[in-house]
Amino acid sequence: MSNNRKKLLLMGRSGSGKSSMRSIIFSNYSAFDTRRLGATIDVEHSHLRFLGNMTLNLWDCGGQDVFMENYFTKQKDHIFQMVQVLIHVFDVESQEVIKDIDIFTRALKLLKKYSPDAKIFVLLHKMDLVQLDKRSQLFQIMMEKLQLTSKEFGFPNLVGFPTSIWDESLYKAWSQIVCSLIPNISTHQTNLKNFKKIINAYEIILFERTTFLVISSTNEKDLSTSSNSNSKLDPKRFEKISNIMKNYKQSCNKLKSGFKTLILNNNIYISELSSNMVCFIVLNDKGATQSPQMILENINKAKTFFK
Amino acid sequence: MEGHVSHIVNNVKTNALESDSKAMILLMGLRRGGKSSICKVVFHNMQPLDTLYLESTSNPTVEHYSTLIDLAVMELPGQLNYFEPSYDSEHLFKSVGALVYVIDAQDEYMSAIANLAVIMEYAYKVNPSINIEVLIHKVDGLSEEFKIDAQRDIMQRTGEELLELGMDGVQVSFYLTSIFDHSIYEAFSRIVQKLIPELSFLENMLDNLTEHSKIEKAFLFDINSKIYVSTDSNPVDIQTYELCAEFVDLTIDLYDLYKIPKNLNATSDMSITDSKLKEQRSAVESSELKNISQLENGVIIYFREMIRGLALVALIRSNGTDMESCITVADYNVDIYKQGLKEIWAKSKVPPIASHISVKQNIE
Repeated sequence: MSNNRKKLLLMGRSGSGKSSMRSIIFSNYSAFDTRRLGATIDVEHSHLRFLGNMTLNLWDCGGQDVFMENYFTKQKDHIFQMVQVLIHVFDVESQEVIKDIDIFTRALKLLKKYSPDAKIFVLLHKMDLVQLDKRSQLFQIMMEKLQLTSKEFGFPNLVGFPTSIWDESLYKAWSQIVCSLIPNISTHQTNLKNFKKIINAYEIILFERTTFLVISSTNEKDLSTSSNSNSKLDPKRFEKISNIMKNYKQSCNKLKSGFKTLILNNNIYISELSSNMVCFIVLNDKGATQSPQMILENINKAKTFFK
Repeated sequence: MEGHVSHIVNNVKTNALESDSKAMILLMGLRRGGKSSICKVVFHNMQPLDTLYLESTSNPTVEHYSTLIDLAVMELPGQLNYFEPSYDSEHLFKSVGALVYVIDAQDEYMSAIANLAVIMEYAYKVNPSINIEVLIHKVDGLSEEFKIDAQRDIMQRTGEELLELGMDGVQVSFYLTSIFDHSIYEAFSRIVQKLIPELSFLENMLDNLTEHSKIEKAFLFDINSKIYVSTDSNPVDIQTYELCAEFVDLTIDLYDLYKIPKNLNATSDMSITDSKLKEQRSAVESSELKNISQLENGVIIYFREMIRGLALVALIRSNGTDMESCITVADYNVDIYKQGLKEIWAKSKVPPIASHISVKQNIE
């Protein structure tokens, strides 16, 4: 049972946007709503059920220097014990980069001592404030620096993402973070592949139901082998769909109801697959040969495999 | 600049002569009131936050929209005085159907009301049939009670001004708006609807449609701007409107993700993103779009593309009957409705499209 409880530390200096992220991904805030959030006092815990049997314990650690000092001294064994994932957020607009990195290293040091198996993710947040042409360069420089520091402390595979709450980059980052915690991801993958073959789909994407984070998709392998057939498609489509569907779910709330199915042009089908998954199916043809009833029946049948 | 204004005014005049069906909306207000932001958000799908970086408008700008009606929105710079004799403001006011005056509710609005009174007096003298609409704008920053206070205060002061000018019979409509929610779309929808002579037909047709297909509420949307051209006579609930407007967005966005790109080369040489977007949208509109979504409580949201960039979005409450039969009935009735729309449009005057293009080029 303890295996299914995952402890995630969300850390970073104050004002870097930690609570905003949490509110958008897990509490259905819109990016605009996050203006109302105040400073987090000490640690704010949230328990999130994810994919039914998994519980994410998200520790949102307030980033003011007073609290930070506390985490690293008095509360260090409490905070850094049994951590599965550390998500460290850097504000790209920050004036004190040296200090930011210093805090990151202190966290790494304690993590090495208390939970050496933790996965480390860094998010370069508020990327929307940087000019478009300078974003990738800035990201590169920052990541090189962070990679070096984390290697020093024994965490060689650092994963980083450029993020912003104003576009879909946030969903991309969190999808990957959360996916790294799912144990039976390979079974989902094979089931999805079979499902795709049976209903002759162009692409199927599997989403978590409440957060609409991408769990798995059928095109991940194909990308390397037949890249020219997929190059036409938007590489950011997963995140965009997450974003679009989440907005739609929020507007459904206005009718005090949840989303169930959607059929666009008899070509795109979105439907619940289980109580915690939603599938997004794009058919090969324009639905001319297959009737919608048949597809829906197929989706019904597939439900047993994704329980 | 003087030459520019009169030049456009002339164009407006000739345009009005060429096609009486063109409805013209004039957008006025003091500087920094948010006029350009409104235009960009409603007609160009700009993100509300990006409008922070808009430059001050220095020239009058005209936007043209062809949906079921032809609509032109003319925006006048706030800092100019239009009552200097050099401007041909008489022609301008004669040719417009609606005067929209934007008042910044977060600012001190006494001078705006004084300015509005001057404009109203002049406009009404020149064109007694003009619709005067006042947007009490930027209310997103105000608390609920302050909103009501501001509205009451502005309405009262405007009424006093009108009384002083001896035009107490003039109808002035007020709207509380903000670009950060759907209130601006709602306000524009109502303003545009006043300018459509065929409105009562459209409404009757929608009433007929809703009556026979278990539809709770139906909107006829302009896909580009999310303004609704018409709705059935049931009361409009702002939340339903928002849901339907967002459903239009969702449909277009999802469709765009997986459609096969056709004329990528043709669009790449366009420098302005707006025109690119329009091109994409028009490509989207080339084949009939249909989107059906069911919610957990059995409500069905139904999207069907109609003619000329319009779409019907309806809310169907199934009440126990299964989804398929609901949709089959709706499909059949919507087909008939679409046929009706086509007929109405064929009989309404078709404005010469060439004239729009020439006007636009002149301005640019």
